Amino acid sequence: MTLAIFLTLAVVSVFFSLLMVFTKNPIHSVLYLILTFFSIAAHYILLNAQFLAVVHIIVYAGAIMVLFLFVLMLLNLNKDTEPQKSVGWKFAAAIAAGLLLLTFLGALKGSIQLQQVANADPAVGLVKNLGTVLFRDFVVPFEIAGILFLAAMVGAVLVGKRDLKI
Amino acid sequence: MSIFLLFVFAVVVEKMILIVVLFTITLGVAAYSTYGERKIAAFMQDRIGPDRAGPWGLLQPIADGVKMFTKEDFMPNQAEKWLYILAPGAFIFVACMTSAVIPWGTQLTLFGGSIDLQVTNINIGILYIMGFVSLGVYGIMIGGWASNNKYSLYGAIRASSQMISYELAMGLALISVVMISGSLSLRDIAEQQTGFGWNIIYQPLGFIIFFTCALAECNRAPFDMAECETELIGGYHTEYSSMKLGFFLFAEYINMFISCAVISTLYFGGYNFPGLDPAWLGGLMGPIVLFAKIFFFIFVFMWIRWTLPRFRYDQLMHLGWKSLIPLAILNMVLTGGGILLFGN
Repeated sequence: MTLAIFLTLAVVSVFFSLLMVFTKNPIHSVLYLILTFFSIAAHYILLNAQFLAVVHIIVYAGAIMVLFLFVLMLLNLNKDTEPQKSVGWKFAAAIAAGLLLLTFLGALKGSIQLQQVANADPAVGLVKNLGTVLFRDFVVPFEIAGILFLAAMVGAVLVGKRDLKI
Repeated sequence: MSIFLLFVFAVVVEKMILIVVLFTITLGVAAYSTYGERKIAAFMQDRIGPDRAGPWGLLQPIADGVKMFTKEDFMPNQAEKWLYILAPGAFIFVACMTSAVIPWGTQLTLFGGSIDLQVTNINIGILYIMGFVSLGVYGIMIGGWASNNKYSLYGAIRASSQMISYELAMGLALISVVMISGSLSLRDIAEQQTGFGWNIIYQPLGFIIFFTCALAECNRAPFDMAECETELIGGYHTEYSSMKLGFFLFAEYINMFISCAVISTLYFGGYNFPGLDPAWLGGLMGPIVLFAKIFFFIFVFMWIRWTLPRFRYDQLMHLGWKSLIPLAILNMVLTGGGILLFGN
């Protein structure tokens, strides 16, 4: 049952992400990406990680993709106005993406040998457990990530300021 | 095995009935909110209001619905066909989904059995609501963009930037409620507020912030930038007609109903009222109390609409970013200090 659901979801997410890449219209592309995020959130729910699923939707579908849509709509990008890149750039982009894929494949290759945990605790992904783990076992990395976010926020505000007097 | 399947089937049927009843009530309340709005507007402006269809004009929402359905379904020439059709559907779908996690009462005893008066009690109810609130922007943005009209696009961008700005303050105000109740589940939050232990007593500032943000999220006056007729014609639904327009207007009333339900649950005790046990009348007392609160807040929403003038756009952004967000953070710090000093 779980396997069937997983396979359906996997096909759906791969299908939407392919559509995202191959669509010419940037707005359609963003909308397909949102659908991909929803299918990934469904994967999280399948793994009992409700909190991650909802946060994934709030952050990616609810905030980041809205800003993407904003920019695309304001610039009014579409098929006709899309600038054509030269062959050299396309070549460079293909190589860069290929290298990224290679890195991901290398990372995944190590995890294939991992055994599935038998009788995993079904409550492992709930807010309470996640909070306990984050604030007890991983406090230092968590705080460092927080400082990183704060620095990024300050940087964004500085970039956004029009007339900066230092 | 077969007994197990039968049990699953029974639970599914029970939930389906509850969902259908909830949708019917939601749509009914939304329909009669339009009537209530026109009557309240008429009262405030010393008029009579709708009084032709049925006694006291009570059939007016039905007449409006028939009118919406029978109007010409217009589609602009250069519109993105599928997205143009998808947008109103997506908007009303997101509006309806939020009601799933609200606890309408404790338990309903019926034919010797008992039914939970909540579609699903997930332990992240508040985050679920925030998720769907943040998705509400898409219907507006897609609709405004797909219409291929400058005014629609401007209206859509105004409405959605307003919504994402006020979402932040709303989320920060919610964190304080979560801090004092120690749970993300709406049922737990409602259960903790028995008698007069309503959250409004501990969170007066948080309530004001949340209420303001709810007004802005529903695109209600004084935050109805999206439909600022003198500047933007009809906002994001300028090019829509017939029931597609009806969906947009209707979804706003559904949003209003749901946000009143959330406000009542988070800050005003949900289905609790001092002296009234929610288990009375076979469990019907809870929903009655909750709906009384919801109708009161819907009235307040309308009262505000016909009292306050509209904000200018820059004033709206200043209020959101420079007043409400710092206030919400201050409220968080105060709540944390209060918990530290006095315990929960």
